[in-house]
Amino acid sequence: MKPAGFRDVALVGVAESDLGRVPGKTAIQLAAEASARALADAGLRKSGVDGLFTFGFGRMGAVQFGEYLRLRPRYSDSSFMGGSTPVAFIAHAAAAISAGLCQVALVCYGSTQASDAARKLGGTPEDPRLPSSQYERPFGLPTPLGAYALAATRHMAVYGTTSDQLAEIAVATRSWAALNPIAMMRGPLTIADVLASPVIASPLHRLDCCLVTDGGGALVITTRERARDLARVPIVVLGVAETHTHQIISQMPDLTVTGAAATGPRAFAMAGLGPGDIDVAEIYDSFTITVLLTLEDLGFCTKGEGGAFVAKQRTAPGGDFPLNTQGGGLSYCHPGVFGIFTVIEAVRQLRGEGGTRQVADASVALCHGTGGVLSSSGTAILGRL
Amino acid sequence: MALARPLPTPDHESAEFWRRVGAHALAVQRCGACGTVRFYPRALCPECLNDQPDWVPVSGRGTLYSFTVCYRPASEAFADRTPYIVALVDLAEGVRLLANLVDCTPEQARVGMPVTLAYDDAAPGATLYVFRPEAGAA
Ligand SMILES: [Zn+2]
Repeated sequence: MKPAGFRDVALVGVAESDLGRVPGKTAIQLAAEASARALADAGLRKSGVDGLFTFGFGRMGAVQFGEYLRLRPRYSDSSFMGGSTPVAFIAHAAAAISAGLCQVALVCYGSTQASDAARKLGGTPEDPRLPSSQYERPFGLPTPLGAYALAATRHMAVYGTTSDQLAEIAVATRSWAALNPIAMMRGPLTIADVLASPVIASPLHRLDCCLVTDGGGALVITTRERARDLARVPIVVLGVAETHTHQIISQMPDLTVTGAAATGPRAFAMAGLGPGDIDVAEIYDSFTITVLLTLEDLGFCTKGEGGAFVAKQRTAPGGDFPLNTQGGGLSYCHPGVFGIFTVIEAVRQLRGEGGTRQVADASVALCHGTGGVLSSSGTAILGRL
Repeated sequence: MALARPLPTPDHESAEFWRRVGAHALAVQRCGACGTVRFYPRALCPECLNDQPDWVPVSGRGTLYSFTVCYRPASEAFADRTPYIVALVDLAEGVRLLANLVDCTPEQARVGMPVTLAYDDAAPGATLYVFRPEAGAA
């Protein structure tokens, strides 16, 4: 099998729906709104969409969404593996397009979790027979927060990582959010502020945790040949990889090593690139610890060195490692499946549309999604050729 | 009024496990073919797919792999015991369980400390396993 990559596949449209607290709109409406904006961004018509990748609207997400927008796709995918799903969908869509099974793929997502107040600490009610219900819920693990807290405790014990180092991530991300007019949280933030916020599940403070917002996003993906006639600079898919390792936290083999340790090397190999080639990184920040583990696993630093890597605001504007440049799930928005927003921002940075937060000369970006309780991973390396 | 604590609902793959927990005799499955010890119970060995496991009583000795002190309860049902500790424990038999660490203050808990198995008869017909620091460990 040749790791040829998907350089003949391009992202040509990206958009968010309205974000924040959008009480007057439904989740599927937000997904449709983002889709309409992404198609307009691409300069493509809805009638050209023949591949559909979405989830979350009942048991047959893509079927439900297809009905809503009267899409009758040739290729349909309602996969769900948590917050990493939209990044994995780049791989699914690129494979389908390359195989000729569809030509214009729409990836979309919408959620009203903030308005629904759905994000309760105990997680969503599930089938009582599931392992999570039998072996974790009776012990009061706040989900997903508690599982990430367990990973943070372990990383601190094994590698000496500190709460100050995790707070560096929240502070740097806020500094990026201050440059993004549509970010939810744009006020100044210090490490002391993070450490002074209440501990929810030790060692994680409230400000180590992502926001809870409404919102949606969409991506339009097609052939590079088709992209030539379109409005925007095409952003090609250089490398993609996905995996999942466990569903519940007791089944995670090593709480300091995520699936990114598998997807990172595979995506880099497909791209023919390494961590040193990345100009801007968009890494799912459900919690500060998520970012730290992922940076290590993707090979930006060695295992255990994540705390030192992010120290001294290295990932903030002006630092030498631009990370989560739209303000991340920590400060920009977090409707529940943040993966799609990592891609939207990467595309904008590669197009040079970042405005005051633009990373100079960004030509290769990495997006990484994490789902569940460090359960699933998707990595995409995108480039402007 | 406090909500009832969520309790396990055994199914046909887990009934024997929970029956043994109810008898204060936690046991885990060991594959009859490759010998892999597994938690949680399931019909097929996740390594070799053999479907003839044996039940192995555990010694009750374990090591604290990680823990989190929950200062906000997962639900109202846990409000009256907050803060409480949720732990991952590596049993000597080679499996990892999530459970509560009890009789241990947040300051006493540390990764790597030895813990021992105990039982909490949480409700009639519903027993949970818990861990406490090994005598002298905390
Ligand atoms: Zn076996």
